[in-house]
Amino acid sequence: MNTGTRPAGRPVRPKGSANSVVDGLYRPGDSPLHRLRPQVKIVGLVVFTCAIAATPREAVWAFGVHAAVLAGLFALARIPAAWVLTRSLVESPFLVLALAFPFMVEGPAVHIGVLTVSEPGLWAGWNLLAKATLGVWAALLLAATTPVAGVLAGLSRLRCPEILLQITAFAIRYAHLTVAEVTQMRLARLARCDDPRFLWQAGALARSLGTVFIRSFERGERVWQAMAARGYTGRLPLEVGPRPASALQWTAAMTAPAVAVAVAAWTAATL
Amino acid sequence: MEALALHIPTDVIDGPTSLVFALIAVLAVGWCTVAARRGLDDRLVPLAGLATAFVFAAQMLNFPVAAGVSGHLLGGALAAALLGPWLGVLCVTVVIAIQALLFADGAVTALGLNVVNMAVIATFTAYGVLALALKVLPRTRVGVGAAVFAAAIVSVVAASAGFVLQFWLGGEEVGQSLGAMTAAILGTHVLIGIGEGVITAGAVTAVAVARPDLVHALRGTALARPAAAR
Repeated sequence: MNTGTRPAGRPVRPKGSANSVVDGLYRPGDSPLHRLRPQVKIVGLVVFTCAIAATPREAVWAFGVHAAVLAGLFALARIPAAWVLTRSLVESPFLVLALAFPFMVEGPAVHIGVLTVSEPGLWAGWNLLAKATLGVWAALLLAATTPVAGVLAGLSRLRCPEILLQITAFAIRYAHLTVAEVTQMRLARLARCDDPRFLWQAGALARSLGTVFIRSFERGERVWQAMAARGYTGRLPLEVGPRPASALQWTAAMTAPAVAVAVAAWTAATL
Repeated sequence: MEALALHIPTDVIDGPTSLVFALIAVLAVGWCTVAARRGLDDRLVPLAGLATAFVFAAQMLNFPVAAGVSGHLLGGALAAALLGPWLGVLCVTVVIAIQALLFADGAVTALGLNVVNMAVIATFTAYGVLALALKVLPRTRVGVGAAVFAAAIVSVVAASAGFVLQFWLGGEEVGQSLGAMTAAILGTHVLIGIGEGVITAGAVTAVAVARPDLVHALRGTALARPAAAR
């Protein structure tokens, strides 16, 4: 059970966005970033995140550069800043840890107003805050500009094991049905004067989960039988043929990660 | 600090440690794929896909715990009890990957760490505890419920212990307070585990009553029958 900070009592809704789970956080558009091949963007995201992680914490300006690059890319993809900030809230549990570091870590003390905190702890907190935020922003950029099918095609192009991709494709395709079923059951309970509050709802919740599991499993068997009847032998033809990316695409997409890597390398060498 | 062990963001754990755990995750998931395929053959993709959709929906079902705080399931114990360890690990792994890539929840560089904690450690410990407990406890509604409850608590605490281990190997130097932090993390996760245990036990007993053949941990035996081990 993972506890987060969602408002209590809100109706169950797919995590992430107002539209369905099937779409992830994708925001349709036609910017240069939307047009880039997904495999290029995935590699770019990994390189960029590694560069962020490798930047030494003392180089405060370097994080400014990383943030400016990301802000530029968000502007290029026409993604509003407010959306990015709301979606950044997923990292909030770790911000608590960032705030706790100055009091936890041992080291020479500094005074800020009435607080006495340790200096290495302050740096550790800043490090976590800056890197976690930038990491989430970079991941949001991929999620916002690439449709789900695109991400899967990109992963398949990058030689991710096909069996995992097929399971993922299936899961995403049927997730909206399962989630809708859960939502429906909750509404049905509410309509029958159930008042879901605190721990009393645990029993009803658990029983509906059990029902949803039975339905999902039975649906899985039906789907398999239908597929077997149509000649399925354990291999799916991929619906979106992953297309290769040109050298131009790779160069264009690697510009931003290259800047980040250069900044990280330079600061690491000079500090 | 309730959700510490979950969805680790960028650079909480250093590069070398993340790489080592990414390698462990790749090996473990690869092994699980081979093992799950052996049991399910060409039914693997549709069944694992639907089971993953179910774990996804189970996590989405967040419920208010207290004012301003709501919780959702981790799902490792649920997947282990209903689907077995191999398929369970695969499903939870896919859910974690979807959350990292499509919902920006948890860093891509920490994917290996997150998969090891929440998919591999949580599911395998849950399955181990469950298998042991079912040898001792009667195969009745209460017995299965208690076994699943215990398995869920142990799995959540084990997953958080995985995070503590990674933090100790490649996290921030916190000196003496590492012990205090460990105690705090494990303590909170016992509480979280109790919540997870109540829901998981309820869900698994509901399935065990209606369709005992679908509960992997029961291995096809109906509930009321006395256990062979007793």
